[in-house]
Amino acid sequence: MNIPEDLRYTKNDEWIRLEGDVATVGVTDYAQDQLSDVVYVEVSLSQGESGAKGETFGAVESVKAASDVYLPVGGEVLEINDLLEETPELVNTDPYGDAWMVKIRVSDTAELDDLMNAAAYEAYLQERDH
Amino acid sequence: MLTVNSNQSLLAPTDQFVHRHLGPRPEDVQAMLEFVGVDSMEDLVDQAIPEVIRMEGRMDLPAARAESDVLEELREMASRNRVFRSFIGMGYYDTITPPVIQRNILENPGWYTQYTPYQAEIAQGRLEALLNFQTMVTDLTGMDIANASMLDESTAAAEAMTLCHRSMPRKSNANIFFVSERCFPQTIEVIRTRAEPLGIEVLVGDHEQYNFAEETFGVLLQYPTADGDIVDYEGFAARAHEHGALVCVAADLLALTLLRSPGEFGADVVVGNTQRFGVPMGFGGPHAAYMACLDDYKRQLPGRLAGVSVDNQGRPAIRLALQTREQHIRRDRATSNICTAQVLLAVMASMYAVYHGPEGLTEIAARVHLLTEILRKALADLGYSNNTLPVFDTLRVHSGPLTSEKVLENAREREINLFDYGDGSLGISLDETVRLEDLFLLYEAFGGDAGDFDPELIANVVERQYPDLHARKTAFLTHPVFHAYRSETEMLRYIIRLQRRDLSLTHSMIPLGSCTMKLNATAEMYPITWPGFGHLHPFAPVDQTEGYQELFRELESQLAEITGFAATSLQPNAGSQGEYTGLLAIRAYHHSRGDHQRDVCLIPASAHGTNPASAVMAGLKVVVVDTDDHGNILVEDLKKKAVEHADRLAALMVTYPSTHGVYESAIREICGIIHECGGQVYLDGANMNALVGYSRPGEFGADVCHLNLHKTFCIPHGGGGPGMGPICVAEHLAPFLPGHPFVQVGGEKGIGPVSAAPWGSASILPISYSYILMMGEPGLRKATDYAILGANYIAERLESHFPVLYRGENGRVAHECIIELRHLREYASAEDVAKRLMDYGFHAPTLSFPVPGTLMIEPTESESRQELDRFCEAMIAIREEIRDIEEGRSDPDNNPLQNAPHTAEMVTAAVWMHPYSRQQAAYPAPWIRDNKFWPHVARIDNVYGDKNLFCECIPIEEYA
Repeated sequence: MNIPEDLRYTKNDEWIRLEGDVATVGVTDYAQDQLSDVVYVEVSLSQGESGAKGETFGAVESVKAASDVYLPVGGEVLEINDLLEETPELVNTDPYGDAWMVKIRVSDTAELDDLMNAAAYEAYLQERDH
Repeated sequence: MLTVNSNQSLLAPTDQFVHRHLGPRPEDVQAMLEFVGVDSMEDLVDQAIPEVIRMEGRMDLPAARAESDVLEELREMASRNRVFRSFIGMGYYDTITPPVIQRNILENPGWYTQYTPYQAEIAQGRLEALLNFQTMVTDLTGMDIANASMLDESTAAAEAMTLCHRSMPRKSNANIFFVSERCFPQTIEVIRTRAEPLGIEVLVGDHEQYNFAEETFGVLLQYPTADGDIVDYEGFAARAHEHGALVCVAADLLALTLLRSPGEFGADVVVGNTQRFGVPMGFGGPHAAYMACLDDYKRQLPGRLAGVSVDNQGRPAIRLALQTREQHIRRDRATSNICTAQVLLAVMASMYAVYHGPEGLTEIAARVHLLTEILRKALADLGYSNNTLPVFDTLRVHSGPLTSEKVLENAREREINLFDYGDGSLGISLDETVRLEDLFLLYEAFGGDAGDFDPELIANVVERQYPDLHARKTAFLTHPVFHAYRSETEMLRYIIRLQRRDLSLTHSMIPLGSCTMKLNATAEMYPITWPGFGHLHPFAPVDQTEGYQELFRELESQLAEITGFAATSLQPNAGSQGEYTGLLAIRAYHHSRGDHQRDVCLIPASAHGTNPASAVMAGLKVVVVDTDDHGNILVEDLKKKAVEHADRLAALMVTYPSTHGVYESAIREICGIIHECGGQVYLDGANMNALVGYSRPGEFGADVCHLNLHKTFCIPHGGGGPGMGPICVAEHLAPFLPGHPFVQVGGEKGIGPVSAAPWGSASILPISYSYILMMGEPGLRKATDYAILGANYIAERLESHFPVLYRGENGRVAHECIIELRHLREYASAEDVAKRLMDYGFHAPTLSFPVPGTLMIEPTESESRQELDRFCEAMIAIREEIRDIEEGRSDPDNNPLQNAPHTAEMVTAAVWMHPYSRQQAAYPAPWIRDNKFWPHVARIDNVYGDKNLFCECIPIEEYA
C-alpha cells in the first residue's frame, strides 16, 4: 500500500497536501483498492463555493460500491479536477497524482493538526484490516 | 405391485397439493434427516428453532384442500365480482392483452419464475425486453433515459418529487412541491403521504394561478389532465425553470403517440403507467409504471436500470447499470428504497409495443381519440357541455337534460361504470376495447335515443387532427425491434427466443438466499387471468366486487393468524413499500401520543439495504447497531444505543431469522429492551418462510411486520417483480393502517395512501390465498420443516468443502446458510464461482450479501433431494476446480472459473486457447448432457457498462 510521507490523512481515506494556504485533496491508494475499478467521480461543490471541515464534497463510485468523500479541512474551492469526469480510472492508477479531486484555499491551517501523518495512517489501516 | 391406500383414505380427492408443493419424497426426507444426523423432523426443528420463540399450539387455519376444490372456490369468488364496462379512467383503462403475450408471457413460467437479473449472463432475455421498455418510454416521453420500472404511477410521481428535491443546488432551502389539482387524486394523496415525513410542503392548485413561491423546487402536471384536457404547459414549464424549479409530468403513453412529447415542452422528469399497453387492470395491479428524465438527473433516478455493456468476447451484453444509486449499495443514502419492481408487467408492456409497433399504437390511439370525439359531439348535441380544450380519451361531462344521478343509474342498468366527480359532472374515459355498441349504450345512459345516434355519420364531421401546438411531430419506436414482429408466428418466436436466454425455475433450482424461490404452482396462477379478477377497475363500486372483498377479508385474517397480529393492510405493493408503511404507522402512533420527537430508528449492521433506505423515507434517523462474529445483534450495543436515544427512539428494524440465516435466541430480550425505551419493533418478514407454523412475530415481541408474498406466499418473482408487501400489525397500530381517497380502507386514524390502488396489486392475491388453502395446517408448517431440512442438508453436504459461516446455538442453520469462500480468494472469487455455476446449469446463490465474498444458499421446501444433490455436486466439483488452481494443476490466469460462463459460441469456435478441454468448459458433470443451459453471453464487463452508460435498444450494427 502506497502511503506517501509528505501527506496528511483522514479516517475516511482522504489525503491532503498543503502548499502555502492551498490544499490539494484526493482519496488514498487504500480507498481505491477497496473500491476496485472506479467508474465515476463526482464533485458536488463548485468553484468558489466554501465548505466546512467534514462536509461531503463528492463521491467516488465503482461498479459495486460508492464512497462519499469529505473535506479534511474547511475552505473555498479554487479548482476541480475535470480530468476525472472522462477518466475516473485515474483514481486507480494515480491516486496521489493525476487523480487529485479539488484544490481549496484553507481557511484555518490549524485544522490539519488532528489529521494523521503517514505512519499513523498506516497503523490505522493495519488496525482496521483486523 | 404398487400398494394402494385404505378405502377410507381413498375417499378423499386425489389431487392433494401439499406433496406437490414439497420437493423431497418421504423416503428422501428420511435419508436427509439421517445425513443431517437427527432421528426425526421434530428433532431437527427443535434443534433449529429456539424454544423461546416457539408458539403455543397450532395456527387456527383450515386443513388442506385439493387443487380442484380451491380452484372451484376461487371461480365462485370471481363470479361474485361483476365485470362492468369500465369508463372510469383515472389512470386505469381496459386493454386487449394480445393472446400471444398472455399465454406466452403472463401465463408462462419461463417468464414469471425468474429472479431479478443480477446474474445478467443468464438473464439476457428479459434484459432485452427491459431495454425495449426503456426505449419505448424514452421515445414516447422525449426524455434522455428511462428506468425499468416503478411500482405504480402515484409512487413514481412521489419518487419524481424526491428526485427534484435531491437535484437542488447544495445550499438550497427549497422545500415546496407544487402539484396541479388536475393530477389524479390518488397521486396527489400518495405525494402528500410521501412529502410529510420528509418536511416537504405540497401545494395543490391551479397551475395557471400559481406564482411560484420562493422555495418551490418542483412541479407536477398531468398530461392529459385527469379530466381529459390537453393543456399547453410550455409557458408554465418555462416559468418553473426561471424560478429554479424542475418540471415533472405524469403522462399517458398511449396519448403520447399522438401528442407532442413532454420533453418538447420543457419536462425534466416524466412518469406514468404502462398498464394500458396490454396489462389487465387487475383491480389495481400489478402494472409497470415508468420514470424517465433528462441526462442531467440520471444518477438521481431510483430503481432498476438496464444498460448495455460488452462481454469478454467483445459482444454486446445487457446488465443492470448504475447500481450504486440503489439501496443495496447506498443504504440510507440511496435514491429510493425500491428494489423489486414490476419486471413481468414491464416485459408485457414492451412486448405490446413490439407487437403493435409505432403504426399499430398510433392506430389504437387514433381510434380511441376518434371514438371520444364522436361521443363528445353526440353528448354536446344532447345538451351536455364538456371539455373546451382538445381531448384524447377522457371527457368531463357537465349537467344537461339528465342529472348525474340519473345518468349513473342508467349506466348501472347497462353495466357501465363512469367516474362521479360528486359535483354533478361525470368522467368518461374510453380505451382500446370500446366498440360502437358501447357508444350507443353511453348515448342511452345520457338520455339519448339510440335511433338518433349515428356514429358513422358523426365520424365524418368530427376533427381528429390536433392543432399544431399539440400534435406529435417526432418519430418514435424507430428501432428495428419495433418493426420486425408483426405476424403472430414471428412474435411467438421472438418471445420464446428471449425466454430461452433466461434461466428460470423451469430449468433448475434458483438457490437465492433471502429470496425464497419456491414453487409458484400452476393452480395458484390460474385465477389471475380470469376476467372476474383481471378486468376490474380499482375504483369500481364496492358492491360490484363482493368476491374480491371476501378474498381480502379472508387473506387479511389468515396472514394475521400466521403472524400473530391483529390487523393487516394489503395496500403496500412491494416489500420495500411494506417497510415504509409499517414505519409510517409506527410514526403516526408515536405522534398520536404526543411523541413527535421519536425519530431514531435502530438498524443492525447486517440489515438488508432497504431497511435504512425505508427509514430515511419515513423521516427517521438511522443509528446502526453492531453485530457479532456470528451475525447476531450485539445485545450490549443495542441496549447502549436504545438507552442513549431512549427519548427519541422510534423503532428497531430487525429481520428474523437474521439476514445471516440464524434464529437469534435473544430476540425476545431485544424486543423487550426496545419497548422499555419507548420504541416499537418493526420485523422485516423477508425470512418468514422459516417461521410459519412455529413462531409468530406478534407473540415474541414485534409490533408490525411485512410479508413478502412473493417469497413465503408463492407469488412468482416475475424476473424482478411483481411483489406484494402487506403489513400485519398489533392492535395498537391498527388505527394507523393506510387509507385511500376513493375507497374506505385502513384504520380510523389511518396514514395517507402509500400506493395508487387501495389493495395494492390485488389481482395476484389469489396466488397467496390459494396457496394457504391448498396447504392448510399442517401443510404450511410442513413447508417450514422442509425448508429447514433442505438448508441443513446443504449445510452438511457442503461443510467440508466450503465452511458454513453461521449456525445457531445447536449447530443448525435456519432456512438458508452462508458458505465461506474468502479463504480461496487468491485463486477464485465468489463471483467466479457464481459464474461457473452457470456452466453447470445453475443460478448462483445470493452473492456477497450479507457478507461480502460469500454465497448465501436458500433451497426452499420445493426442491427435491435429487436437485439439491445435483447442486451440491456442482458446488463440490467447482471446489475441486479451485483446488486444481491452488495446487498448480490449473493455470491461475486461464482456468474454467475465470473464463466462466462459457457460451456455445466459445466452445465451438475454431480456435480454443485454453489449457482445459472444451468438454470441461461446457459439460463438467455427467447430468448436464441431459439438461444443458447455454448462457447467451460470456462474462459481462461491468466497468465498461457503467463508464459508457447506454440504456436503449442496441443499434443493430453492434451485432455485426
